[in-house]
Amino acid sequence: MTRSIALSVNGQTARVMVDDPNMPLLYALRNDLGLRGPRFGCGLGQCGACTVHMDGNAVRSCITPLSLVGDHSIVTLEGLGTPEKPHPMQQAFIDEQAVQCGYCINGMIMEAAAFLAKTRKPSDPQIREALASNLCRCGTHLRILRAVKRAAAQT
Amino acid sequence: MPEVATTRREFLKGTAALVVSFSIDKHQTAGAQAGAPPKSISTEQVDGFIGINTKGEVTVFAGKVDLGTGVRTAFAQIAAEELDVPFAAVTVIQGDTALTPDQGMTSGSFSIQNGGSQIRQAAATAREALLSMAAEKLKVEPSDLAVSNGTITSNATHRSVSYSALIGGKNFSLKVDKAATVKDPSHFKIVGRSIPRVDIPGKVTGQFIYMQDFRLPGMLHGRVVRPSGIGATLQSIEEDSVNDIPGVIRVVHLGNFVGVIAETEWGAVQASRRLKVIWSPWEGLPDQSSLWEHVRATKILKEDVTSDVGAVTAALPRGATRLRATYDFAIQTHGSIGPSCSVAQFKDGALTCWSASQATHALRKQLAAMLSLPEDQVRCIYLDGSGCYGRNGHEDAAGDAALLSRAVGRPVRVQWMREDEHGWDPKGPPTLIDLDAALDAKGNLIAWTSAFFLPVGAATPVALVAATLANLPREMDIGPGGILNDTAIPYTVPNIRTVAHRLETTPLRPAWIRAPGRMQNTFANESFLDELATAAGADPLAFRLRHLKDTRGAELLERLAAVAMWERAGVKPRDHGARLATGRGLAFVKYELVRTYVGVVADVEIDRTTGEIRVKRFFVVQDCGQIINPDGVKNQIEGNIVQTVSRTLMEQVTFNRSRVTSLDWGSYRIIGFPEVPDVVIELIDRPHEKPWGSGEPSASVVPAAISNAIFAATGVRLRSVPFTPNKVKAAMARS
Repeated sequence: MTRSIALSVNGQTARVMVDDPNMPLLYALRNDLGLRGPRFGCGLGQCGACTVHMDGNAVRSCITPLSLVGDHSIVTLEGLGTPEKPHPMQQAFIDEQAVQCGYCINGMIMEAAAFLAKTRKPSDPQIREALASNLCRCGTHLRILRAVKRAAAQT
Repeated sequence: MPEVATTRREFLKGTAALVVSFSIDKHQTAGAQAGAPPKSISTEQVDGFIGINTKGEVTVFAGKVDLGTGVRTAFAQIAAEELDVPFAAVTVIQGDTALTPDQGMTSGSFSIQNGGSQIRQAAATAREALLSMAAEKLKVEPSDLAVSNGTITSNATHRSVSYSALIGGKNFSLKVDKAATVKDPSHFKIVGRSIPRVDIPGKVTGQFIYMQDFRLPGMLHGRVVRPSGIGATLQSIEEDSVNDIPGVIRVVHLGNFVGVIAETEWGAVQASRRLKVIWSPWEGLPDQSSLWEHVRATKILKEDVTSDVGAVTAALPRGATRLRATYDFAIQTHGSIGPSCSVAQFKDGALTCWSASQATHALRKQLAAMLSLPEDQVRCIYLDGSGCYGRNGHEDAAGDAALLSRAVGRPVRVQWMREDEHGWDPKGPPTLIDLDAALDAKGNLIAWTSAFFLPVGAATPVALVAATLANLPREMDIGPGGILNDTAIPYTVPNIRTVAHRLETTPLRPAWIRAPGRMQNTFANESFLDELATAAGADPLAFRLRHLKDTRGAELLERLAAVAMWERAGVKPRDHGARLATGRGLAFVKYELVRTYVGVVADVEIDRTTGEIRVKRFFVVQDCGQIINPDGVKNQIEGNIVQTVSRTLMEQVTFNRSRVTSLDWGSYRIIGFPEVPDVVIELIDRPHEKPWGSGEPSASVVPAAISNAIFAATGVRLRSVPFTPNKVKAAMARS
């Protein structure tokens, strides 16, 4: 049965009509709300391309059913910043040119931003560990690490 | 409580995220006046490549596409440089069969070398034409003119005229002049600089539109349901089994092609999971545990001799030392992070298909053949997808979307699930290599012979899965890519014969993955060369230099020695029996024997107890001739090293007798951040030489460098990729 669910996304409340409360959050963000930051990579919580913030924590939206979202606050890559006013982490990725295809980059930025918000002045192994469950296939890792370090140095 | 947005449009307004509505005709008239003939897509015509509008903005039409490599930016640099316009004035349209010339498939590290050179020549022709027009208009000699920022000025009269006034919105109607003078590299202002990539700000803020983001009005969502075995046939299908899923529109089946279509993506996902389908049992794959016996026993269709000098059979037994070895390289998958996706719109007997294909012009032909449509009724439009390292599943998703759209007469978007991607994208075929060589008493290489077991075929279009399953017109030959390349070696040996046994078939549908053949072949050649250097008691670097009659290659190796601080001591395994052993190894390639040179040194650490290898650092020196964008080249090199360390240490497709079984990132592991090595890069820039490719060459040397480093650390040779801990432990136990 179709019902309306209210979601708090990027500081706004949005209503989405859903047939199945077990539908992962990712589908609502991409298809119902038209967001492009969170991306489908595996649907299994293994790669991190779908990462969003839920109350400031990095979560995998591809395995987070809508029924669990409730009134938790969701922030996506779009909510972090825009090309005109990028978040420091986004700016650091631009400065380090830390993108090849960029499909995984949403997850890298969201994971790293959530991590930095909780960890001051992280070491290189700490950053690597924080991103250990985010996969990149192009091999952009070294640039991503440099970008996170650059952002960390500014906080 | 903020305002409640009730529709997607309102929500997006609220977040300031723009709804970008795609108009497929937006660029139709980019370089042409209204009423003019359709835009040229000829590679012979300037209008094929270059359009200048009334504002003086330049559009480059490129058949080669940006697969995440940054060539969009590099093409704009090349065109801006030749035309003397600001970099920001140039936009690049890519891979649209209605708008861009067919520059061939985007593969083989040819985008800059061939694609960029074509664009450069077209831009140079355009510039010369504009100078003649200006000379006429300003009534001066062309030699009196100078160009800056798209404005041509007479040195004598100081009068000027802009490109937009001369050609804005009009066609050049001019053939590309192969003799048109290109700019002297000493005057480059834009080429050779690390201009930031134009796509990155959009990609890090969620504004960029990937293939996976593309939507059309009235679009439906499709998912495919693949057979339980690669050759299994459809026995029965219960279409009613998905009736209770909201939004399901149709179950489509055609032969063994099965798909579901729904109003919502989640509806399509659920339907694909719950559809009751019975397939025939099929167990036609070989037993993976005896893969190499299977490869060796596969019927040989022909022999390709790739080098033949002297009399190797007679020379081999005359050497003072003779070595033989067999190398193998596992089946691997592309593993793009985003699964393949396409949107197809079948309408009024014509098909428009959006795809992240590396070859939209070839895809167009394939789709037309599959649907028995005239080619001019099919248009393919490129949109960036997830990283593409060769022929992955993008084209197949396009075939799936085309069949589903035809079935319902509405636009259909198909996105593969992770198991579709891992299970059904084409694979890098297994490669088996036998080598045999001899040294004379002084340690000189006097004879070298090798035999490569490679599937037959070349880089020809790979049959679409949908066409195969539905038994529609398609390619019947396999196309593993140009895998003969680098079977021959860059070294001078008096007696040499390299042969490829071309096999009738290979277990899984093959295609090319980054550095296809070049990587596998270079792994065997450069590792075996190290074995010979050791047998000769020679330093691996000195041994290579001794046999390399190529000054550019030799210069590169010397630079590498300096960068890596290579000690020319000869490899003496430093096996002190400690649990952790460290070593360094070297490898070199002259790509395809005719272009980009790369030399690398790998520093590795190996844990004898667990068999785990840790690659700590790679030193890379590359000479790819003229460099368009140094940071872009470095980005490609870093990617090549990291991705290939992953392929070398851990990657292997697994399968049972029916199908692929490594269907996710748990069963097909790739490198993670904690395991990524440092990469130190030195580029040799040669602005006055031809630009060569960078997308692949540095990948091809990685496996051999690691194997050689492990030998240096432990005295154990690893001859089978991937170097998994179990293989390492077994090799240690044997030694």
